[in-house]
Amino acid sequence: MYEFSYHRPASVAEAAALITRAVDGKFVAGGQTLLPTMKHRLASPSDMIDLGGIAELEGIVVNGNIVTIGAMTAHADVAASTEVREAIPALAALAGNIGDPAVRNRGTLGGSIANNDPAADYPAAVIALGATVRTNQREIAGEDFFTGMFETALEEDELIVAVDFPRPEAAAYMKFENPASRYAIVGVFVARTAPGPRVAVTGATACAHRAHRLEEALQGACNAAALDDFRAPVERMNADIHASAEYRAHLVKVMAQRAVAACV
Amino acid sequence: MQDTGIGARVRRKEDQRFLLGKGRYTDDINVAGQTWACFVRSPHAHAVIEGIDTAAAAAAPGVVAVFPGDDLAADGIGPLICGVTGPSDHGEPHRAPAHPALAQGKVNYVGDHVAVVIAETLAQARDAAELVEVDYRPLAAVTSTAAAASEGQPQIHDVAPGNVCFNWPFGDKAAVDEAFAGAHKVSSIELTNNRMVTNPMEPRAALGEYNAGTEEITLHMTTQNPHVHRLVLAAFNQLAPEHKLRVVGPDVGGGFGAKIFVYAEELVVGWACRKVNRPVKWTADRTEAFLADAHGRDHVTKAEMALDEHGKFLALRVHTTANLGAYLSTFATMVPSYLYAFLLAGQYSTPLIHSEVKAVFTNTAPVDASRGAGRPEATYLLERLVDICAADMGLDPTEIRRRNFIPQDAFPYQTPVVQCYDSGDYETALDQAIELADYPGFASRAAAAKERGKLRGIGFSSYVEACGIAPSAAVGQLGGGVGLWESAQVRFNPTGNVQVFTGTHSHGQGHETTFAQLVCDQLGVPFENIEVIHGDTAKTQFGMGTYGSRSLAVGGVAIAKACDKLIAKGKKIAAHAMEAAEGDIEFADGNYTVAGTDKAMSIAEVAFNAYVPHNYPEGVEPGFDENAFFDPMNFSFPAGTHVCEVEVDPDTGEVEIVAYTAVDDFGKLVNPMIVEGQVHGGIVHGIGQALLEGCQYGEDGQLLTASFMDYAMPRADNAPDFKIGYAPTDPPDNPLGVKGCGEAGAIGAPPAVINAIANAIGVRHLEMPATPETVWRACQAAR
Repeated sequence: MYEFSYHRPASVAEAAALITRAVDGKFVAGGQTLLPTMKHRLASPSDMIDLGGIAELEGIVVNGNIVTIGAMTAHADVAASTEVREAIPALAALAGNIGDPAVRNRGTLGGSIANNDPAADYPAAVIALGATVRTNQREIAGEDFFTGMFETALEEDELIVAVDFPRPEAAAYMKFENPASRYAIVGVFVARTAPGPRVAVTGATACAHRAHRLEEALQGACNAAALDDFRAPVERMNADIHASAEYRAHLVKVMAQRAVAACV
Repeated sequence: MQDTGIGARVRRKEDQRFLLGKGRYTDDINVAGQTWACFVRSPHAHAVIEGIDTAAAAAAPGVVAVFPGDDLAADGIGPLICGVTGPSDHGEPHRAPAHPALAQGKVNYVGDHVAVVIAETLAQARDAAELVEVDYRPLAAVTSTAAAASEGQPQIHDVAPGNVCFNWPFGDKAAVDEAFAGAHKVSSIELTNNRMVTNPMEPRAALGEYNAGTEEITLHMTTQNPHVHRLVLAAFNQLAPEHKLRVVGPDVGGGFGAKIFVYAEELVVGWACRKVNRPVKWTADRTEAFLADAHGRDHVTKAEMALDEHGKFLALRVHTTANLGAYLSTFATMVPSYLYAFLLAGQYSTPLIHSEVKAVFTNTAPVDASRGAGRPEATYLLERLVDICAADMGLDPTEIRRRNFIPQDAFPYQTPVVQCYDSGDYETALDQAIELADYPGFASRAAAAKERGKLRGIGFSSYVEACGIAPSAAVGQLGGGVGLWESAQVRFNPTGNVQVFTGTHSHGQGHETTFAQLVCDQLGVPFENIEVIHGDTAKTQFGMGTYGSRSLAVGGVAIAKACDKLIAKGKKIAAHAMEAAEGDIEFADGNYTVAGTDKAMSIAEVAFNAYVPHNYPEGVEPGFDENAFFDPMNFSFPAGTHVCEVEVDPDTGEVEIVAYTAVDDFGKLVNPMIVEGQVHGGIVHGIGQALLEGCQYGEDGQLLTASFMDYAMPRADNAPDFKIGYAPTDPPDNPLGVKGCGEAGAIGAPPAVINAIANAIGVRHLEMPATPETVWRACQAAR
């Protein structure tokens, strides 16, 4: 780790002011990606602005059909939340299967989606559930938020405050785990909503995306058999030492079928 | 006394401190004036060093010194050695390139050590290490085991043309060829034994301290064998004379082989602390562990079995290429040769065996012993081939094994490959495993799985291994530079408690408990009054350390011998005190008694008399403290049958191990709970190799699996509950009747797992690690 200045603001306004002043500042939420990267000397921010002291970023509130989760809410808290388990059980289950207990108790919703790892779980839920990402500057539709590998619609100094998840009729997330990292080799989130099924895929491509072709295939009958003839495009798939593009494309279909079957 | 003696399930006394975070590991030790070392490592797999500029690093804040390889060479330190002179290559010596502890003009793998920076803090050392400017001229690299010796590959060492270290034929080739010519059937297999990174939980570390007054170096380090480290560092690396070097292995967080060896970093730390006259500390981070610890396995093999019409094995032919990495590590050449080819008989009476092992250099980290060392490679090959033979002959896998087992009445059994097995009863172990695993019920379980869309398979593995390493004469004949006896000292203090000094080293094995049970049983001293001490060359008289499942089979016997001496001496003291003839004194349960009388005194009272000899027999030395050395007469040969049952999801290739049974012959068990822990850990290690762990280098020589994000270690949810059984035999050559148990699981498990998957899918073979994609592709091919 290289030297940096550490700040612990008490409010979103103070955090925003600090990042504007910094030469190369970084917000740190749970630090589950940033800190290892810094320890490996692959990142060297001039200023680290720790969001852990900002009370307004934490907590879970259910208001009618909207579940609002503060950006600094830890995965373990989402997994254990009675409100989330009642309103969107698939979201609680997703949070409860991220990483390991240490990661779940430090890692946060805001940190995960701001980082936008191509194999992260939360982005699939944000897209498929039609969530809205609220920042200190504006609101961003979930499916417009993730723009590329480790890239998002966030401006340089913009800070995620909370995410609003509309309650679906039903939802399910199926993840095929990388045996080493336990990130998703492929993860598929399916939500039944009034306008129709919404599907998002993570792990398979440069970043999580809404799977329109899967949704179209499910328009008639939203069941696993409806996907029997589905083929994910191999040429768009990621390939690495853990899974070839061909295998990932196959897993997209299998995980989608399983998620649809579980989405009752 | 029985509740803490031999056979008792005593809870490990050392776990109290480990579980409460009160262990004391090398990195926990900090001393006044301590500096930190950071190694500059090669980012290239193969490159010439055109120059090294240390000026900027030396001027950086907090830097005490920067040393490139020339400084080390100028002091005559190193190079690192391979402690085995065999095997020969058609009568010629194997090729042993120089292995400087800090590079001399060339680097040969990513992570190769180039220079060291010593600074006041670790952060300063790391900052300065980035400022060492090394001018590399990159060369083409070779990493492939199979291709390393092929025409046109980059040459790594001038002394090893074609990148070949040795090409070692072994066995009667003509007789084997003749048997193949007349065979009813020939079954064959080609397979890879995947490269593994051993990854003990605690990374390597060293703390060197120099006492300028006494001119002694004390090196705290992560070691499985402190005296071996001292011996090699003194005699071959010129670090310091043996009597001026103290090596301490305090608590050590796992070794699995990786902490046997003499590495560059520990040597450099020992040298640098004298050079800068300050204590120097180094602790590897996990990346360094991946890059620069010795790796394990990495074979490519073709094997054939000649069979008669009844499925009896007539002859075995094996061609193996073994990757030794960029340089020879401490015991590298012994692993794919003597620890491999000498085990190719397995549990079978195959009369003729010929093997040819080609050992090659590549631009990868050195490869050396890792839990099992050679024996997992032999067992995997053999037990996969036996399943192929069964398929080719239309026999059940258990039947072909049964037909070829060495019969129980044939022990001791001289194999055609040097080893003479001490004892065994392979059929009893198989029968017990079949029953425990409910093999007869497998068909209905498979049918039920099919209903759920799963492919269920069962796999057997009947292994034998050679451990309890080793008879010194045998080691010498094989070109090993050491004797592999063990030593012990058992000391009563005047107050009656006992200190046991062993030359073995416990880094997870539970010696502090097992050895205390041995002494408790033999001397009748309360368990809690016995302390086992190990890991410090200044405390323990001598020792060869812990590896090759030798600690109980060799070290335990040395302790028992020292106890025998105490008991014998005590008889003289007791006879004098009780005014009886020595011949009338009996010893049992901690008490000396006069036969036929009620006169008795405890061994603690005898010990007190020995230290306060006011009324003492003439000619007997005071003191109650005995030492012993034990050199085993033979290796020890644990054996058993493992049965793995899997369910494969054909849609994803995911494998679930749904049942695992192990029936082992470890001879007599001292602490069955500790043995079970060793068996569980070994099996999980083997499951890791079979399903998860595949160390991969890119063609450019970069390590692709350099962190736990990419290198999958087994976790608790990768293993089921185990069914454990024992089919013990009594090894005649071991005075305690014990065998070794630490490596058995890692040896038996990989073929059991792969045999089960192949059985489930209905394919002849698939490679390790059987990742989901590998299994999915095999399922596709089998459709």
